[in-house]
Amino acid sequence: MKDLALHALDAVTRGGVTYADVRAIESREREVTTKNGKPGHVSSSESQGIGIRVLAFGCWGFAATSDVSKEGIEAAAALALEIARSGTAAKKHDIVLAPEDKYEATWVSPCAIDPFTIPVDRNLATLLAIDGELRRDPAISLAEASMHFVRERQVFVSTLGSLIDQTRTTSGAGFSALCYKDGEIQKRSYPNSFGGQFQLKGYELIDELDLASHAPRIAEEAIALHSADQCPEGTFDLILDSSQLGLQIHESIGHPIELDRVLGTEANYAGMSFLTLDQLRRLRYGSEIVNVVCDATPEHGPGLGTFAFDDEGVPAQQTDIIRAGEFTGYMTSRETAAAVGEARSNGCMRADGWARLPLIRMTNVSLKPGQQSLEEVFGVDHAIYMETNRSWSIDDKRFNFQFGCEIAWEMRGGKRVRMLKNPSYSGISTEFWNACAAIAGREHWTLWGVPNCGKGQPEQVMGTGHGASPARFRQIKVGSAYAG
Amino acid sequence: MRVDAASVRDQVVSAARAHGVDEVEAILSTSHQALTRFANNAIHQNVAESSSHLSVRARIEGRTARASTTRLNSDAIRDVVEQAIAITRLTEPDEESLPMAESADYQALDRWSEPTAQVTPRERAQAVAEAIAAVESAGQTAAGIYSTDSTEYTLLNSRGVQAHCRETMARFSITAMADGGSGWAKASSCDHRDINPLDLAMSAARKTSQSSAPRELPPGRYTVILEPAAVLDLVGQMFGDFSATAIRDGRSFLNDRIGKQIFGPNITIHDDAYHPMQSGAPFDGEGVPRQRLTLVEKGVVRDIAYCRQAAAKAGAAPTGHGFPLPNEYGEAPLNIVISGGDTSVEQMVAATERGILVTRLWYIREVDPYEKIFTGMTRDGTFLVEGGEVTSGVRNFRFNQGLMEMLSNVVNLGPAVRASGEETFDMVVPAMRINDFNFTEVTRF
Repeated sequence: MKDLALHALDAVTRGGVTYADVRAIESREREVTTKNGKPGHVSSSESQGIGIRVLAFGCWGFAATSDVSKEGIEAAAALALEIARSGTAAKKHDIVLAPEDKYEATWVSPCAIDPFTIPVDRNLATLLAIDGELRRDPAISLAEASMHFVRERQVFVSTLGSLIDQTRTTSGAGFSALCYKDGEIQKRSYPNSFGGQFQLKGYELIDELDLASHAPRIAEEAIALHSADQCPEGTFDLILDSSQLGLQIHESIGHPIELDRVLGTEANYAGMSFLTLDQLRRLRYGSEIVNVVCDATPEHGPGLGTFAFDDEGVPAQQTDIIRAGEFTGYMTSRETAAAVGEARSNGCMRADGWARLPLIRMTNVSLKPGQQSLEEVFGVDHAIYMETNRSWSIDDKRFNFQFGCEIAWEMRGGKRVRMLKNPSYSGISTEFWNACAAIAGREHWTLWGVPNCGKGQPEQVMGTGHGASPARFRQIKVGSAYAG
Repeated sequence: MRVDAASVRDQVVSAARAHGVDEVEAILSTSHQALTRFANNAIHQNVAESSSHLSVRARIEGRTARASTTRLNSDAIRDVVEQAIAITRLTEPDEESLPMAESADYQALDRWSEPTAQVTPRERAQAVAEAIAAVESAGQTAAGIYSTDSTEYTLLNSRGVQAHCRETMARFSITAMADGGSGWAKASSCDHRDINPLDLAMSAARKTSQSSAPRELPPGRYTVILEPAAVLDLVGQMFGDFSATAIRDGRSFLNDRIGKQIFGPNITIHDDAYHPMQSGAPFDGEGVPRQRLTLVEKGVVRDIAYCRQAAAKAGAAPTGHGFPLPNEYGEAPLNIVISGGDTSVEQMVAATERGILVTRLWYIREVDPYEKIFTGMTRDGTFLVEGGEVTSGVRNFRFNQGLMEMLSNVVNLGPAVRASGEETFDMVVPAMRINDFNFTEVTRF
């Protein structure tokens, strides 16, 4: 791979360029699912290719190919240059990059148990055992369980002289139980919806999740929701579990702090951001107890956004995003850092495989643990507690959001008094975070993985990490999804 | 890279037989995709991708699994077949598993435009530059994309299926912005010569001028005029439920609703892969020819899609809408054609005393799977209509709207056109004027 990457770099720089980098990637993936007592999707895939990014004539060009023959690489290099040249037809100024150092490094993410050494029949046996637990009551019409493993090795080389060899292994697993009855569909998932939990780990994650032991409760809740009361409409103190709060962070903090959105380069698709440049170090984003970091370093934990170097060769970093409620930082790239007065990128450029160019993407955007105990978080006279995301939607500048959850409980004096179905809440991002009244401590903090974050044209799908512990918010609008 | 499909098939079958496996399927695809992206009135991301992909499925005594690779040399082909066989042998058997499909005749479709396949980066950039100039001359800022793709797809199996299709596709979309207003336009076609980027740019610029300094209106029930892309992105969310497997799983809103009137009598919907404005292959993921379906006739749910396995279970005929096996979802119609009417958007506006004209919807997500309630936002061209005229732009709304209610409240339909959005796949749909659309909140812009 190193030779392929260096060959491509040589091919694209022969004619003289301002800058170029090449990512040669080999990836391997396994997906195993079960559905109602049978194997669902059982697949294994591998992918190999090379992506060549060049800055020439003041413009970017990018070409990628799965044909890694000498001819294939030469053709892609020539095409990247042709594309860069074409950009001069609509150029306002030459692209300028923030300086970066040269790095030679090899990094392999921690992986205690190689998931690809575990045979498929053992994956299936684990999932079918969960399936059996979920379908003990015939009221469950659909039981689904899944595991997903990816290993990607990337060799990055650039005209700065960097040579960075990184290998990342990610694992994910989860299950759900759906009950259709009397003109109503209710569903519960564990440990999270839309595939479960995903982390930068090996098969040890599957063991840690202890999935089967949670299956009976999840099935019971899916059935019980049919006889639960509808979540009321009104304004309530709201408590969120850490998985839902992770997605809240993703949508109402993670995306708005992407500097490319702020600068308008996603305007046609993903949208822009309410965090205009004048807001930096002026906006009261959240209450005093809200502290948020963007942190790709391994010290933050095994997140889907953890790495040693980003995809333009910048070291992983931690950046304060919200400090004691004040908005303090964006996610940047070598091209955009100067727009916020920074001399260097803070290392947030990531690409979806060899066929896509790097974009500013979330790494691990996490809410730091609070000082409160779980009892203090729940310890109010009256609140609604919601668990596990069911739907999520936010406007294209990230002001107005609405989330639905799978299940909720009405809480009185810290005790669950009744189950509620179809819960939802909505608001304005900054108003929501300024209403944060309590955050549970480190012992309740989980680094969640969002494996399906979409952005860019052509669209790229990225895994991001979000650490959170349960938290309480004052007087939030609840129930508007079913209003009117 | 040129790939000989017959040679790949022979190598796959031969490698499988060497392991004592007679039943094997190969899906071979090659694609060339190029996209020129612009923002802030300049080209900023400009990319091309060339890729090949081979996916092999084995079937052994009721077990099946799939392995795939991007490497297409002889060693890699042998490796991927061995991998498919190895994981197939480790899976559990399914008593409902069927032998692979047999050969069939497919209706010929001409969806390849050689000029589109040959569009150069310079040609895309030139068209983008002209579109930018049109928006910039109006004092506005443009962002968007111009893409041209070509794909070839071949599905072969050891029981004689030899299905092949090739297609080109061009897409242009543009967002213009100024003074708090914005406007959007998009078009797609198998032939790039059907797309006029300059016209789309001028349309987006016009909407931007009209929507500047938007007013804030209270949320509530409004008459809305949804342009085709807005109809597509919202109505398109429900077609995964027109699936025998989804109904059997209990995850479809059509459970206990087939044969019932759930929409207004002016709503008729077909699935038709052969419609002249449609795109895609004339066969499904197993090589079954796609059938035309009447999904909804005058508001009544009629046909649903069946993959081979769901059809065998139900005693029905497969409709050619199955996904490649193995999968959990079964099937879905993907070539939607909603019958239109003869009322233009301009006539809908003229007939509206007070309402909202919507260009585009965004971030649509399901709130309730059985009542089919969706939430989302308006975006890039939302207008107040008063006394039969567009009078101003308005701040964007959040909606929470049930599709059965919405499609029972359609007052007028426009001519059906090929429409392209960002939330679902392209369809042939009309604009609609709809009473009592449920806006629940308003945002800050």
